[in-house]
Amino acid sequence: MATQHSRSAARAMMAPAVFLLLVWMLVPLILTLWFSTLDYRPLRGTFDCCEGLGNYVRFVSSSAFWDSILTTLQLLGGVLLITVVGGIGLAILLDQPIWGQGIVRILVIAPFFVMPTVSALVWKNMFMNPVNGLFAHAFKAVGLEPVDWLSQFPLFSIILIVSWQWLPFATLILLTAIQSLDSEQFEAAEMDGAGPFARFGYITLPHLARSITVVVLIQTIFLLSIFAEIFVTTGGAFGTRTLTYLVYQRVIESQNVGLGSAGGIIAVILANIVAAILMRVVGKNLDA
Amino acid sequence: MARAVTTQRKIVFTALAWGIGLMIFFPILWTILTSFKTEATAIADPPVFFNFDWTLENYQVVQERSDYMRYLWNSVALALGSTFLGILIAVPAAWSMAFVPTRRTKNVLLWMLSTKMLPAVGVLYPIRLILIQLGLLDSKIALIFILMLINLPIIIWMLYTYFREIPGEILEAARMDGATLKDEILYVLTPMAIPGIASTVLLNIILAWNEAFWTLTLTTVNAAPLTAFIASYSSPEGLFYAKLSAASTMAIAPILIMGWFSQKQLVRGLTFGAVK
Repeated sequence: MATQHSRSAARAMMAPAVFLLLVWMLVPLILTLWFSTLDYRPLRGTFDCCEGLGNYVRFVSSSAFWDSILTTLQLLGGVLLITVVGGIGLAILLDQPIWGQGIVRILVIAPFFVMPTVSALVWKNMFMNPVNGLFAHAFKAVGLEPVDWLSQFPLFSIILIVSWQWLPFATLILLTAIQSLDSEQFEAAEMDGAGPFARFGYITLPHLARSITVVVLIQTIFLLSIFAEIFVTTGGAFGTRTLTYLVYQRVIESQNVGLGSAGGIIAVILANIVAAILMRVVGKNLDA
Repeated sequence: MARAVTTQRKIVFTALAWGIGLMIFFPILWTILTSFKTEATAIADPPVFFNFDWTLENYQVVQERSDYMRYLWNSVALALGSTFLGILIAVPAAWSMAFVPTRRTKNVLLWMLSTKMLPAVGVLYPIRLILIQLGLLDSKIALIFILMLINLPIIIWMLYTYFREIPGEILEAARMDGATLKDEILYVLTPMAIPGIASTVLLNIILAWNEAFWTLTLTTVNAAPLTAFIASYSSPEGLFYAKLSAASTMAIAPILIMGWFSQKQLVRGLTFGAVK
């Protein structure tokens, strides 16, 4: 249908976006790949060629790397568990006929719009501070010893903060999905004597499966690169150093660019594995 | 009988939903309340909720002492600048993919999405180096470009899903009536696409405003937006709860309001059209 003329016009209109994204993706990535093969430490003035895979071997064989992988997985797993389970529960609750549904919805999604540095600082100081935080006040009120959350349970605290930020995202998407559920199916099941658990297990959950997959994958992409929350709260101390934070420390704080770049490339590869799965799910939707 | 049961059910669910909703919202409410307290009441034990002497002092102090306006201006410039630039580049691209699709369109779209998934930390050093070479480290121009680029895939995707909902017959009809490509976009498409473009703009402003990797790692003083300003409160000497709360409230208020307006579109934008 489209004429030759409109086709070339279309190509011209796409060109700036494609060109910019291509440059944005390729140039830094190629530089990182190159740096990862060098002994590049700006503070010592070294910029020596041909480490080969030495940086990779050194990065992967350090215990910090495996600790960071473990921390990343714990953070990811904890946040995903809380947000997906909590999100399903909240979505079902908000789907019920209740008074003031619109307002409750607004209250629930609000944390998503709070900038990461603000939420991290508010939680760190006003809630988790062992002297003046609200949690400490509450603990003292019931006669318990106040807890220094961010040094005694650092990872758990960060999981809590990040879950608070991402619960609205999961809830909002799952709520949208639940609302597209055909209520007739539900009524039919009810008439056939299916209890609330059977209805949830056989109708709601299968219907939500795709949305849950999308939530898990998108959150994974974003959570793998969590930065501000750690930067502001613990600065990577007390076993809260994720892979992203480890790379940041190597490159910026200790200025070992070669080693850090190797870590960066490893992070890129790991993220790409998740991304590839996400793309297949999103891509299927394009054909519809 | 059945009616009584449903009313009862409704009461229970309403109480439950409000309870959980208020719990989730509480940290934000607490921040807003604390911003109106004096420093002494802010850390009072037991905590005070509403019955304190409300004061605007914190807001004044934050503005006077910390150059708050400069950070605010940087945030506004970065969010609006990157959004404007992004829309300018994304509208034609999304238009051509939605209305003149080729065999490669799907792959191009997915490839664009894949650039969004590159972990930023993997390319942090080269980007810093390039900016230093160009003399653009800690400059608004550079950050506007970077924020535009990281959100460009989302903008294009969102616009694409909106544009695809516009029936192609309308464009054909316009073409038959002798509309040129320019007329078509300007007088037919744009008016129909305004709601979609508006929600895309809104989402992009929110994302750019809250971005906290590049804005923290590429700025020091001149281009630092509110994200960096708030992060500067993390040092121990900055531990003033009431002032921290006032600064935080000012930083999140505009976006909170915008976010509430865009909640429906948010789902589409953040799931790349996979959930509508």
